[in-house]
Amino acid sequence: MSSRLPTGGTRLDRSRPVTISIDGQDVPAFVGDTLASALLGSDVRLVSAGIYSGRPRGVMGVGAEESNAFVQVTSGPGEPMVRATELEVHEGLSVERIAGRGWLPEGIDHTRYDKVWAHCEVLVVGGGEAGVTAALEAAARGVRVVVCDDRPALTDARAGELVSHPDVRVLTRTTVVGAHDHHHLVAVERRTDHLGDDAPPDVARRRLWHVKAAEVVLATGTQERPLVFPDNDRPGVMLAGAAATYVRRYGVLPGHRGVVWVAHDDGLADAVALADAGVELLVVADVRTTVTPALADALAERGVPLVLGAEVVGTDGDDDGFLYRVHLRGPDGVVVHDVDLLAVSGGLNPAVQLWSQAGGKLAWSTEAAGFVPAAPPPDAAYPLSVVGSALTGATGAVTAPATFFCGDVDDADAARVYLDPQRDATLADVRHAHLAGLTSVEHVKRFTTIGTASDQGRGFGVLTVGVLAQVLGRPVTEVGTTTYRPPYTPLPFGLLAGRDRGALSDPVRVTAMHDRHLAAGVPLEDVGQWKRPWYFPQRGESMHDAVLRECRAVREDVGMMDASTLGKIVCHGADVGEMLDRVYTGLMSSLKVGKVRYGVMCSPDGMVADDGTVARLSDDEWLLTTTTGNAASVLDTLEEWQQTEWPDLDARFTSVTEQWAVVALAGPRSRDVLAGLAPDLDVSAEGFAFMEWRDATVAGLPVRVMRISFSGELAYELHVPAAWGGALWDAVASAGGVTPYGTETMHVLRAEKGYPIVGQDTDGTVTPVDLGMAWAISPKKVREGRDFVGARSLVRDESNRPDRRHLVGLVPVDGSTAIAEGSQLVDAGADLAAVPVPMHGHVTSAYASVALGTPFALALLDGGRDRLGEELDAVDLRVPVRVRVTEPVPYDPEGERRDG
Amino acid sequence: MLTLPCPFCGPRDETEFGYGGEAGVAYPERPADLDDAAWAEYLFLRANPRGWFTERWVHRAGCRQWFTVRRHTVTNEVVPDAAAQEVR
Ligand SMILES: [Zn+2]
Repeated sequence: MSSRLPTGGTRLDRSRPVTISIDGQDVPAFVGDTLASALLGSDVRLVSAGIYSGRPRGVMGVGAEESNAFVQVTSGPGEPMVRATELEVHEGLSVERIAGRGWLPEGIDHTRYDKVWAHCEVLVVGGGEAGVTAALEAAARGVRVVVCDDRPALTDARAGELVSHPDVRVLTRTTVVGAHDHHHLVAVERRTDHLGDDAPPDVARRRLWHVKAAEVVLATGTQERPLVFPDNDRPGVMLAGAAATYVRRYGVLPGHRGVVWVAHDDGLADAVALADAGVELLVVADVRTTVTPALADALAERGVPLVLGAEVVGTDGDDDGFLYRVHLRGPDGVVVHDVDLLAVSGGLNPAVQLWSQAGGKLAWSTEAAGFVPAAPPPDAAYPLSVVGSALTGATGAVTAPATFFCGDVDDADAARVYLDPQRDATLADVRHAHLAGLTSVEHVKRFTTIGTASDQGRGFGVLTVGVLAQVLGRPVTEVGTTTYRPPYTPLPFGLLAGRDRGALSDPVRVTAMHDRHLAAGVPLEDVGQWKRPWYFPQRGESMHDAVLRECRAVREDVGMMDASTLGKIVCHGADVGEMLDRVYTGLMSSLKVGKVRYGVMCSPDGMVADDGTVARLSDDEWLLTTTTGNAASVLDTLEEWQQTEWPDLDARFTSVTEQWAVVALAGPRSRDVLAGLAPDLDVSAEGFAFMEWRDATVAGLPVRVMRISFSGELAYELHVPAAWGGALWDAVASAGGVTPYGTETMHVLRAEKGYPIVGQDTDGTVTPVDLGMAWAISPKKVREGRDFVGARSLVRDESNRPDRRHLVGLVPVDGSTAIAEGSQLVDAGADLAAVPVPMHGHVTSAYASVALGTPFALALLDGGRDRLGEELDAVDLRVPVRVRVTEPVPYDPEGERRDG
Repeated sequence: MLTLPCPFCGPRDETEFGYGGEAGVAYPERPADLDDAAWAEYLFLRANPRGWFTERWVHRAGCRQWFTVRRHTVTNEVVPDAAAQEVR
């Protein structure tokens, strides 16, 4: 038997019938229906089941307050836990019933989600009468206005005027879910969910709006509150206002024979509307003993009996658990009514969630019989106001509503008084919480889980506060509410991500030679946001073999590497030298034009922060290089010191990392290759010494050549404006016999020389002295008592304890077993079962080495420099490798190779 | 998200800024003259008030200038620090 009325339904387009399905059963509907109205319109009462109890559940509300009717959408991309009352139907919509819990759809959601930022003077949340009035007033002042309303369209008669106003943006199907600090409001706009397959492909399914508003007006209206009693969760028990709304909006009769039980005038008005729609009302009951005469008269005119001072004390269900009988206790005792609808309404809660989120306080109002906005949020710079029924609750009531939540219920029945149907939590749980000694509403919420489901207490939260007050024997004013937190309604992670997923989740940085690397099919390593060539395998070659070959080429012949990702910072100003003396441990001001110096930077706590080179380009122009990963933070640090501590120093800093491409040329034959490419450059050891730079024409390109080595071999860095990076790469690659190598080989070569990588061999607890780099601290500065960042920390006794962790080398005693990075260092032969095993340090870098003929590692070891020759076990995944402690410079410790 | 008043660019979203902690913690004139306790205080100890707090921000994704504001640590009210036109 259909419950669809032949006419009516303000939201329906009866000319556009559609078919939807629930658990495979076809259900007819019209465009404009929600899933809930479509199901009610076809007498489909069962929508879900209790998560623990398995009890049948139906539609109870009509909007965001719904706490029963959640379904799994299985058509389109699918979505779990969707409120049937807000799910707009479309042809092909398919859902499944769930028992309190949905599931994530399989696969990747490829639908488009967008983010939008909007700025306005006034944001109005809610497009009802009060919201439209506030928006029009603001628009009349000539300021930008945004109006958000979660319904498909505004129904106010002035909506057209508002929508067409040039300074007003009206967002429908848009729910404001968060009110954050400084009027940052977040809203979800549902653009195509209601269109199904008809959704235009170029329109994002949903948009996440970030709205910054100078002023926010909440016109959020009210949410209906139920009354509770034993077996209050049966399909057929609905909110009275929701029942009347199904008639008005959707032309749906929510039941045929019914009882209405209310505590306020609006509920009585809903009863009149239900009677007019054709519901046979056996009785209307009000907990109050006095009601507004006009409403009593209206019921009398329709032949509907009104019983005052009455309450529902229970219901019976049929074989399926659906509502079948209502037990109503009036002044003359309990009367049982055969019904298919019980419409209840305990009051109208002002929708104060956003007010509370923003920091506004709430207070119980006896006049409104609900929590209303009280003290405003404390940040006066961001005014938040509330208008309409969200402020007062009542919508023109004449007789005050009752503060009533639940009648007397025996303990035997309390477990069937559902206070959070989605959590299957009951009055018995609240009484249990009380017996356990809990009195705070926040504690009871967590103990009982009431209000923690996906409706977040919108349906039953205030009612539960009232019930708790009854249990505690205290006035509801003293119990207070829980704090509302974002989001008001759930939002999907895909929406939060927007376009920032897959390739767009993080910027990708590539060098000027990247197309060459791609063409060569080189495996790339992610280094921060950079894509760097990892190694350059020849046909069929393993990574291990390729790295050994590349290492051998650099040690014995010549190799080339794309070093463009080096951080590069240009410094200008008369005081750059002084500035660098203060931030590097070494002395920089004495550096001559044309020279390069290695430098270590510490944090004020004395720990190594970065290392790199300093080149003096002219009297007042310098070029710093940093590690790839620290380029941004070194620039930040320099600017912070200069701006906040030494504004008197004439020094300015500019990142040129992206502006210059760099090819490193390394190996004993690198001088010959450079000479061939730059015939005008004096490359002799005397004419171009180690740690010097020259401007030169290399392969016809303007190149800054630096004689710097990160491998210990004779080596050069060729810096060229980025636009010529590819051309320079090609020229060096064509010079004959130059072996390209990647980051892995670079790491092996530098580790063989004991060059630490800041951030790999250091971790913020390592001083230059710990690294064995006391030589990098300027003795002149120390002698003259000149300060530099970190200096004071480095002279603390703690910084000079002999048992500090030092950087050392390790080799396997058997000469062949690989050592794993991250291995823990323990006593040789330590019993690994006797936990905790005393630990002396850990391995920071480990490689195979063709130059050493053995695997080797760098490690941080307690008092390591005093333990050379000692044997330890390096333990990885419980497997020990016997290692011997060595100098941290395993290869060419005398540095004889750097001149070729 | 906070809106922060960059003195050079005007009000901008918090995501453009970096946080610099308590303002007015000057680098000691002569660190070498401090004993370990005084140096540790400079390095590690900062006020953590409930209420108004003068703090530093840097407009990292903007003009890259450091500036000082006063923020209420309970309400997140932020006002420009008129007394701190000198950056520190
Ligand atoms: Zn700025």
